[in-house]
Amino acid sequence: MKNGRIKFILGAVSILLLLLNLIPRTQVSAQTPVPPSDDEVNAIASELFCPICENIPLDVCPTEACRDWRELIRQMLAEGKSEEEIDLFFVENYGARVLGTPPARGIIWFAYILPPVAFVIGVVLLFKAIRPREETAAKQGAAIQQGPLPPGKADLSAVSDQEYRVRLETELKKRAEDN
Amino acid sequence: MTTPSSESIPTLRSRIPLWVQIIIWVALFSLLTVLAASLFRVQIPMIEIGQEVPEFTVPLYEGYGYDGSAELVFSSLRGKVVLINFWASWCVPCEDEASLMEESWRFYQPSGEVVFIGIDYVDTPANGMEYLDRFAISYPNGPDLQGRISPIFNRDMGVPETFVVDRQGVLRAIKIGPFTSVEEIQVILDPLLVEK
Repeated sequence: MKNGRIKFILGAVSILLLLLNLIPRTQVSAQTPVPPSDDEVNAIASELFCPICENIPLDVCPTEACRDWRELIRQMLAEGKSEEEIDLFFVENYGARVLGTPPARGIIWFAYILPPVAFVIGVVLLFKAIRPREETAAKQGAAIQQGPLPPGKADLSAVSDQEYRVRLETELKKRAEDN
Repeated sequence: MTTPSSESIPTLRSRIPLWVQIIIWVALFSLLTVLAASLFRVQIPMIEIGQEVPEFTVPLYEGYGYDGSAELVFSSLRGKVVLINFWASWCVPCEDEASLMEESWRFYQPSGEVVFIGIDYVDTPANGMEYLDRFAISYPNGPDLQGRISPIFNRDMGVPETFVVDRQGVLRAIKIGPFTSVEEIQVILDPLLVEK
């Protein structure tokens, strides 16, 4: 009976302490929000470029103006603004040129679509150029195995480019003389 | 001698399917279009003295409006001599001429024939407002949002720069760097005020 009462009192005190422990923490976090760290600010600043000293990312730009912009980012983060909202603010004020990754719209859209298209075309062309050579080599091998072709049939696969050019020029010259 | 038929001569072009050829030409055409557009944009000439200033609109800072309006449309100032001053809060030389500008504005404002416009070039609104407050500037001022106004006058803008436009909307004077006296401003504005 006595043990039960002690356990009850201890349990009640523990719950009370737990609650008391929680209340001040809530109050402190509401009164003094943690300011955004330099890393958080620089993570966003690194994706933006200095609007006046072009080609310098905002996180490494040493000018006074850039320091002000970084402070502005910190202030906006502290106000609970998202990265998209901060980017939008910079675009609205200084233009899309401040974005490290320009939005894929208008003429900029080509910058995104052309390289992959050119790559695909290149691969297709390469494939198309390589495959006939492989086929030629295969035919050449088959021709060697089959023996000579019937008369009147030219075995082009076995003819080198140089030989082919010489034959073609000779034929053209002959035709020109005939005419 | 046997002659190879034309059908048996394999060319790269004949081996490429039509749809690939179409894509190649479309891609090339697109690329050239983009390059041409970029070059055209770069080659748009900046306005020079003697040329008419194109239309632009300045969104004005709160408390720095014009005629009760929160934005200033340049064409609405036709008939007045307009002084357009580009500045920024991070620009130290701008501070040298800020009070001269305000003094000149107060000199010309009562006549109603001259309008000063301050354009805050690539700045944070808070710093810009603080600058205006610090130098007690009272003439219309607003930001160069998205850098749309400055390229009309100078693609390589370096503040401070001042542009003076006559009553017909023609650019008449350019001052690169800060003014050093009120008289220097008057020497430019007074002759234009005599013109009708």
